[in-house]
Amino acid sequence: MEALLTGFSKWLAATSLSHIIQSVTWIIPTLQTIHILCVAIAFSSAVMVDLRIFRLFERDEPLSDVARRFLPPIWPVLVILLITGSLLIIGEPRRSLLNTTFYLKMALLIVAILLTATLQRTALASPGLFDDRSRRLSGQLLATLSILVWCGILFAGRWIAYTQAG
Amino acid sequence: MSQLSDPVAFFEDSGIAQAIRESDTLFPFIESVHVVAICLVVGSILALDLRLLGLASVERPVGRLANAVLPVTWSAFAIAATSGFLLFISNATKYLANGYFDAKIILICAAGLNMIVFHAIGAKDMPQWEKQAQPPLPARLAGALSILLWIAVVACGRWIGFTMQVL
Repeated sequence: MEALLTGFSKWLAATSLSHIIQSVTWIIPTLQTIHILCVAIAFSSAVMVDLRIFRLFERDEPLSDVARRFLPPIWPVLVILLITGSLLIIGEPRRSLLNTTFYLKMALLIVAILLTATLQRTALASPGLFDDRSRRLSGQLLATLSILVWCGILFAGRWIAYTQAG
Repeated sequence: MSQLSDPVAFFEDSGIAQAIRESDTLFPFIESVHVVAICLVVGSILALDLRLLGLASVERPVGRLANAVLPVTWSAFAIAATSGFLLFISNATKYLANGYFDAKIILICAAGLNMIVFHAIGAKDMPQWEKQAQPPLPARLAGALSILLWIAVVACGRWIGFTMQVL
């Protein structure tokens, strides 16, 4: 598996697109800036809905309305994240493809996507979700998990730079 | 100059700064906290800026959205500033000599000033227009300026990483 990834990384690094990304100095910082700004949007949107579940944000509005405003924008932003992320990988394949932290980030991302999609679907379907006492705890568990997983993605993202193969 | 560099040296020579400088994990850890906090600052304030531009949450009165969003923004800003200060003192002299670092600080001040000016002037008659989907021009300008300034802050932050020769 590792030999396969090493070979793929070498091939990717030899492509002309990779050469352009590597040689034009402003491309990587610009891609990273766009990437972080999109992370900020997706992360903050999820956190604000999580805070609403904890009744710490827009308590005067039903969860379904808060979720309707903040969760749907996450998906187009995620597309930009996948594009900028892919370009960053093409520019420096070994930095992430041969890096365990990168795969941890991707695993957490899948969890975050599943959590967010579930929350969006259920919250939009039932306006008073998590309001009654019996369901409040499960809502708070879901919100805590969501915040932790998103923080994990951001931590792992920063840590890729410190754990890359030499 | 000596008045400015003495406190800088004081912090840079402190035990905390030394610990951050010499540890393999402390700097990345504080940096990760900084990124999480910055993302929350930028993402939360963006929700309000887009409302001021009439592009999002248009059915929510501006004042109510601000009351919900700004505590999140300020809490995150406190964490971002504290973690940023710790990162700064670990190599204060080199950061001060980095143009992108200086630009980032100035841009953050400009974003704060934009907020103060909007509160003092643009938000004075807010009760009259806060329910409109499209706020008046001064509010829209404040929102647009805020978005641009915060994008520039994040860009400078990223460029510091490419122009600092610390290790």
